[in-house]
Amino acid sequence: MWAFINKLRSPKWFYAISARLQPWFWAAALILIVTGTIWGLAFAPADYQQGNSFRIIYVHVPAAFLAQSIFVSMAITGLVFMVWKIKIADMAATVMAPLGAAMTFIALFSGAVWGVPTWGTWWMWDARLTSMLILLFLYLGVIALRGAFSSRDSASRAASVLAMVGVINIPIIKYSVDWWYTLHQPATFTITGRVGMPMEMWLPLLIMVLGFYSFFIALVLTRTRSEILRRESNKHWVRELAEEVN
Amino acid sequence: MTPKRKQKLFMFLGLVSLAAIAVGLTLYALRANINLFFSPIQIAAGDAPFERQIRAGGMVREGSVYRNPDSLDVEFTVTDYVEDVRVHYSGILPDLFREGQGVVVVGQLQQGGYIKADQVLARHDENYMPPEVADALEAAGYSPADFQQKAAKVAKRIEEGEAQEGASQY
Repeated sequence: MWAFINKLRSPKWFYAISARLQPWFWAAALILIVTGTIWGLAFAPADYQQGNSFRIIYVHVPAAFLAQSIFVSMAITGLVFMVWKIKIADMAATVMAPLGAAMTFIALFSGAVWGVPTWGTWWMWDARLTSMLILLFLYLGVIALRGAFSSRDSASRAASVLAMVGVINIPIIKYSVDWWYTLHQPATFTITGRVGMPMEMWLPLLIMVLGFYSFFIALVLTRTRSEILRRESNKHWVRELAEEVN
Repeated sequence: MTPKRKQKLFMFLGLVSLAAIAVGLTLYALRANINLFFSPIQIAAGDAPFERQIRAGGMVREGSVYRNPDSLDVEFTVTDYVEDVRVHYSGILPDLFREGQGVVVVGQLQQGGYIKADQVLARHDENYMPPEVADALEAAGYSPADFQQKAAKVAKRIEEGEAQEGASQY
């Protein structure tokens, strides 16, 4: 266990292992998202009340899951970076932030589009929608903080602390629909417990969720590799690598 | 783990816990304001102000919808299965509006105890199903369990609040 963690500290080792892992995650993401999209849009039955507009769930829910999971990942990598000074954790956190912001935007946008035919409004200041908007601002804050410092180390520290403190918003998002009266309905898709939809609707959703997570892992692996090369460009092993390519 | 790292780890965990406590207390203090709408129990208990823009939410009681055949006027009862409140509205209702459906109405509580609504929003629950399953469930007496549970919690809280007020008088 410790040997593995010690290896993870080395950007060179991470660069090598991620080269082997990333094609699998890209392939899984592609297959799962294509399957889930076709299944969800064409073959899953329509809802008894909402008809076909309910199919927005196949983008909305996976995007909202990722938006929250990525922020938690950023908080964990931020803690690891601040306590153990593991640089690779900070590189991963750097590349995660724009993806998280994009996913939060997709969740908010698809929710607004969905809200018009079902609720009769595209926006309402209820606890779920507002806390999700705060999450978008937290992501933008993390990205802005990284750009605001001239020293990379100060920028990383500031972004890590904001990610750690901001993670408090995640349980608020998750439980907002249970704690308060909201326009947004409680969770349909849960890993444990009762599922609010039949199997033929739930399976494509599960496939989409898995596909989005594979996409997240694949993209973070690929982008972390570029980040390693960028930050370690004056290191011996990166120069050797560049010479090999040339 | 070196002592210095341990110290740092506890420092950050402490920082996050303190921030969480601060946010938690704030949300606790604001809990009534974060609710998007008043439920009929709260309106019946006098929590909602008169003639000011409020939101009220609940289920449309079955058999309570009255449509004026000559205009867009519609009246219906919003219920949380404990208390009822009557709603007067003039306009186009959302597609999902129907009896037994969750709704949020935006409007003003009038002295007569009814709400004059400017906007009616449909709320939908977390259950999705194909039409044929829905028909089968309806035949078996399906009810929106989530909403009833939450309404029961609010009723309990109001009861407890009243019990405390009663106790302080003695």
